[in-house]
Amino acid sequence: MSGSVQLRPVGPSAVLAEVGDAGSALALATWARAHHVPAVEVVPAAETVLFDGVADHVALTALLGGWQPGERPAPGPLVEVPVVYDGLDLDDVAARWGTDVAGVVARHSEVEYVAAFCGFAPGFAYLAGLPAELAVPRLASPRPRVPLGSVGLAGSWCGVYPTASPGGWRLLGRTDATLWDVDRDPPALLAPGTRVVFVPR
Amino acid sequence: MNRLHVLATGPLVTVQDRGRPGFAHLGVPRAGALDAPAAALANRLVGNGPDDAVLEVLLGGLALRADVGCWVALTGAGRDHPVAEWLPAGATLRVDPPATGVRSYLAVAGGIAVPPVLGSRSSDTLAGVGPARVEAGAVLPVGEPRGRPRPMDAPRPPTPGPLRVHPGPRADWFVADALARLCAATYVVAADSNRVGLRLEGPALPRRRDGELASEGMVRGAVQVPPSGRPVVFLADHPPTGGYPVLGVVDADDLWQCAQLRPGEQVRFTPAPPPASAAARR
Repeated sequence: MSGSVQLRPVGPSAVLAEVGDAGSALALATWARAHHVPAVEVVPAAETVLFDGVADHVALTALLGGWQPGERPAPGPLVEVPVVYDGLDLDDVAARWGTDVAGVVARHSEVEYVAAFCGFAPGFAYLAGLPAELAVPRLASPRPRVPLGSVGLAGSWCGVYPTASPGGWRLLGRTDATLWDVDRDPPALLAPGTRVVFVPR
Repeated sequence: MNRLHVLATGPLVTVQDRGRPGFAHLGVPRAGALDAPAAALANRLVGNGPDDAVLEVLLGGLALRADVGCWVALTGAGRDHPVAEWLPAGATLRVDPPATGVRSYLAVAGGIAVPPVLGSRSSDTLAGVGPARVEAGAVLPVGEPRGRPRPMDAPRPPTPGPLRVHPGPRADWFVADALARLCAATYVVAADSNRVGLRLEGPALPRRRDGELASEGMVRGAVQVPPSGRPVVFLADHPPTGGYPVLGVVDADDLWQCAQLRPGEQVRFTPAPPPASAAARR
């Protein structure tokens, strides 16, 4: 993990904080929100946090100077996501992991994940927690349509498609959980910081 | 409640207000009127507040009628001296294709009163958040007018000019003079430009380093440079995160011009003054 925060200006009203990894980015974003950071948007990503809509750069810089990179936020809420493991890529992932389908289900569902950040589509969370040695490459060419609720892997990320869309993640199964609902607060079931476990059905 | 009956649309008509800030971390684009000063002027002409929703009309082709007579104003593309007009009940209002520019804004006294989604009535064309695009046959609710429009006290429209560009977060991914090259060249607006981004053709902006940038948060006005070297200026419906390096950021006060540039038209960039003098300028 990076021991410091590098701030990069993004035009006159935004700042990109570089922290080196997704865990630190989530920690900084959570900490900054809890400390009422003077920004309209706080967007954690794979190695950075973007603060956009910053009126007072001096106040932002002073606040971020108070963050300890080792600091981790209190655990977020835990969400159980029921999964029917019948994905198109189960056999492929089993071969890559040197196991069978039952082994894939066991390994995938024994991990407690945490939603690090959202991207790609509203409510699409990048879930961290899969051991690095279980990383799988994306499909060489994305499928034109991945059904809503599909649970997949890309690299060591796990993700659940909140809507049907094209996609290149390797699919393990599907859930009927509602990932995205604009009438719910928050609308994303797996907002950054949420802990996630998958429960085989 | 007054209602608008949409008889016809052109290539794209959407409902827009000032957008949906605060949800980028959930993957939701901000959306909002692409030519924000034009939308604000239209609202002001009919006596609306700044957060009322208007119709954004790409080129022309919109035709509609109102159940009840109402004040309307059309601003934006090629309309230098817009005024509020009375649209009688049952009369047909048509938005013809403009001679110059791309997007027109139709404000109706009371505002377009479709239900807000996450605090905004804006249609986001990338992720589909907010009201659906307006199609022929649609019936749009109109809010209660706040009163008659006041005599003209409209601000002077902004003046077009080169897009002022601030340094971006990843200038170090490009050759040292990349920002100067961007500002020295003339770019041409590509046909696949839309509410997500103004796509440009012209001299490529070479990178100094290879490899992939980890996906990171993006801002409106970001000049993102994909491997082709053809820059894209991110507009209201841009994805909240992206994986190509950002060389510069177009000043927010100049983004309205990106809403009005036609494919084939030329674009120039100029270095923005540093923040201190920019504050003095305003």
